[in-house]
Amino acid sequence: MSETVTQAHAAKETCPGGAFEPRIIGFLCWWCSYTGADLAGTSRIKYSPNVEVIRVMCSGRVDPTFVLHALAGGADGVLIAGCHPGDCHYINGNMKTAARFPLLMKLLKQYGIEEARVQMEWVSASEGEKFAQVVDKITEDVRKLGPLNWNSVVSE
Amino acid sequence: MGNRVTIDPITRLEGHGKIEIFLKDDGSVDNVFFQVPELRGFEKFAEGRPVEELPRITSRICGVCPEAHSTASAKACDAVYGVTLPPTAAKLRELQYSVFYVGDHTTHFYALGGPDFVMGPDAPPALRNIIGVIGKVGLELGREVIRTRMEAHEIAGMLGGKRVHPVNLIPGGMSKGLVKPDEHKRVLEITERFVEFAKHTMKIFNDIVLANKDYVDLILSDPYQLAINNMGLVDANNKVNFYDGKVRVTGVDGKELFKYSPNEYLNFVAERVEPWSYLKFPYLKQIGWKGFVEGPGTSVYRATPLSRLNASDGMATPLAQAEYERMYSTLGGKPVNSTLATHWARCVEIMYAAERAYELARDTDITGPDYRVIPTATPKEGIGIVEAPRGTLTHHYVTDEKGIVVRANLIVGTTNNNAPICMSIKKAAQGVIKAGKDITEPMLNKVEMAFRAYDPCFGCATHSLPGQMPLVVNLRNADGTLIRSLSRL
Amino acid sequence: MESTKEKLKLAFYWAASCGGCEISLLEIGERILKVVEVADLVFCPCLVDTKYKDIEVMPDGALDVTFINGAIRSSENEHVAKLLRKKSKVLISYGSCACDGGIPSLANLFTLKDIKQHAYHETDSTDNPQRVEPRVKHTENGYELVLPELWNTVRKLNDIVRVDYYIPGCAPAAETTWNAIEQLLTGALPPLGNVIGAGKKAVCEECPYTKKDERITEFHRPHLFRADGEQCLLEQGLVCLGAATRSGCGAQCLQCGMPCRGCYGALPDVEDMGAKMISAIGSLVASNDEEEVKAVMGQIEDPAGTLYRFTLANSLLVRRKSDG
Repeated sequence: MSETVTQAHAAKETCPGGAFEPRIIGFLCWWCSYTGADLAGTSRIKYSPNVEVIRVMCSGRVDPTFVLHALAGGADGVLIAGCHPGDCHYINGNMKTAARFPLLMKLLKQYGIEEARVQMEWVSASEGEKFAQVVDKITEDVRKLGPLNWNSVVSE
Repeated sequence: MGNRVTIDPITRLEGHGKIEIFLKDDGSVDNVFFQVPELRGFEKFAEGRPVEELPRITSRICGVCPEAHSTASAKACDAVYGVTLPPTAAKLRELQYSVFYVGDHTTHFYALGGPDFVMGPDAPPALRNIIGVIGKVGLELGREVIRTRMEAHEIAGMLGGKRVHPVNLIPGGMSKGLVKPDEHKRVLEITERFVEFAKHTMKIFNDIVLANKDYVDLILSDPYQLAINNMGLVDANNKVNFYDGKVRVTGVDGKELFKYSPNEYLNFVAERVEPWSYLKFPYLKQIGWKGFVEGPGTSVYRATPLSRLNASDGMATPLAQAEYERMYSTLGGKPVNSTLATHWARCVEIMYAAERAYELARDTDITGPDYRVIPTATPKEGIGIVEAPRGTLTHHYVTDEKGIVVRANLIVGTTNNNAPICMSIKKAAQGVIKAGKDITEPMLNKVEMAFRAYDPCFGCATHSLPGQMPLVVNLRNADGTLIRSLSRL
Repeated sequence: MESTKEKLKLAFYWAASCGGCEISLLEIGERILKVVEVADLVFCPCLVDTKYKDIEVMPDGALDVTFINGAIRSSENEHVAKLLRKKSKVLISYGSCACDGGIPSLANLFTLKDIKQHAYHETDSTDNPQRVEPRVKHTENGYELVLPELWNTVRKLNDIVRVDYYIPGCAPAAETTWNAIEQLLTGALPPLGNVIGAGKKAVCEECPYTKKDERITEFHRPHLFRADGEQCLLEQGLVCLGAATRSGCGAQCLQCGMPCRGCYGALPDVEDMGAKMISAIGSLVASNDEEEVKAVMGQIEDPAGTLYRFTLANSLLVRRKSDG
């Protein structure tokens, strides 16, 4: 975990010429996706440093408030990662995430927030490669969309 | 430019407004502008909402007349789904609506516009309100007024769930019926008493207003006359109906000009924009905008209790009909153009609403189980029209095939009266403020009386939203003729 | 010599309001006479003839208690709110619009530009070939006329001024209003910044329907479905915000067979009401199949306008981002 944060900070310092570097908050469930992220690290896989990780016990812990807080607070994107359906350590916590997510996305669309900014993926403890790919994808998707800068939206 | 007097805010009405009076050097009135300074945007933010939610959303256009918007909205929703209401549902709607009218008109007469008459237009401001009125008419009648309002709201809560902003009006009918015997009994008790109260209110008007020569002179005085067209909803016999029917417009001479069903409204009414008010100005489309003018050929029309009576051939209930006849025979026949006579017409309508409510409460269908139907057709488009206490109210919705609103248009009670209110205020100001005389507070109140008669509801009127933008510059020569008009897009 | 206690000076003002709060004040019925005994209504454009200039000349703090209802969406609303804050000892945010933005804050799903375009040019009955629009400053034949400026974003009262207490509801129910007034008159008030008059739990506590602890299998729209009149509406598949809404209203809408739309605002310590409702609904859907769950949740229409019906101005995101 600390490696990811160090990578994130390092990336910010060496960011060339003020080009936009997406700031993405990632909520990772401990049992599967956080462990998968750790695996990416120990496997020395190189991937974008733009996701700042917040570990939760279960993806079902992710209150949609967290996502809105992140976006309102300056994040350009949010990643939610959890166990594959059927594998949740708490049986069906991830089904709650699976239920909340489509409604949250419908809401964000009504707020004018592009779909690609908030993504949900299932990443198991053994999917280090997948984790890296997921992070790279959301980083590039958000980079293309540009900064969200929600502060300026509200003060319009 | 000369002196100006500003009345801000106008008071004893619902909503916001201000009046700017521009004076010539000699102190007489040069021009008067009535400006509505607020806007909220209902027509736009209705887009994207499921249409069945609009009765509960549009009711917030006005918390004094939420039943008016909810009912017009529900009727528009019925039309969107192409449903016909079963008799119990339609009668319950009209019962709820009639009870609401009793409460609303009572509030206006005793608390909003009425104090000007009951206390007198020259009474000090501290007394020109409901507390002053109770002091004058006596505690017993005062208690009766409070009781009538409370009981109207009790029924509102019983049928509509909440006393302010009913929730029971849905496409296809009502969410709740009047099936419980104790509730029905209560409605019967209350509506029977409403009829008695309506008689007392009429008596107050007779004793305090009509018996006072100064007031009668005021009512008939020239500054308070406005000879324009009149609009109101009528049933198949051309009698006033608040809930359903066709819209009838009569001219300055009292003859019928137009009569249209809700689906045809766009052929008859258009709205104009002026740069100095956020509120639009409806007028009769087929005549075309002729300006803020009265007399034959004008396209300006009023939609008020007085207009409804003017535009109809009478009232559908006996006591109200007798009062209707008495009013016209006292004031010299139809149409009556005295703006302040609107208060009289309002008392006649309290009578009608009370009788109608009591009639419906006794109808055998009213307690039936068929108070709603489930729509089955694919939703598309619908228009619903009712008479709000303040004027003809039109809700027009277009939806997608799921019933999500894609477009909405609302022409609201008081909006109809925007141009007439401007004209009435100007005439009153010119009549009351004279060259060389000091302007006193009672004089300014007499100017405000000109709009209070309309019982304006600017919350209703200001449902739509504007902003600032380009400019129309009208170049006129000394006598006001338009030479050239420039506009910038 | 007898000393007479001076009456409290009350003000009741409306910003971008519908007038329903003024009417709701009268719902306390005869108890209003108790208020009239100890207080004078000094400023209330709906009912009495005091004007802005009368308020401007008052010393600061001259008003004992001021209730403001209505959202803040224009320069005039803002100006009067600030003026009244200065002139008042205690300022109360009364009703849903002042507390949370209310129905007018649904305008935050659009821009001022869109709204103006629709009202002045697009509605079916508008006839405006010269593309006239109302202006903040306009000169008509030599007369200079002004209108307040409208804001792009609708705000709640405490975005503009410090608020001492909140009374929620659209409109506040009679008991809520009376409970709050009683607290004000007796001084039995919680610390500043709190809601008064209403409850601390969810509307479910007051709801007449039975909670059977069943999961939702399908959602319905209220006009296309007959609820059974016994079971919790949410369990039957009607979106009902009661679970995320503060109590105090007596569940009046539920008593009338209609699902709650959240007018009393969020529960204590909740930052974003709609998010909480999404969370709650997501937990209640019955399925372990991802595709099925997605399909069921997809039946819910218009989350922004339904889950935030009264609270858009008090949401974390506040307004829609304009396109381009």
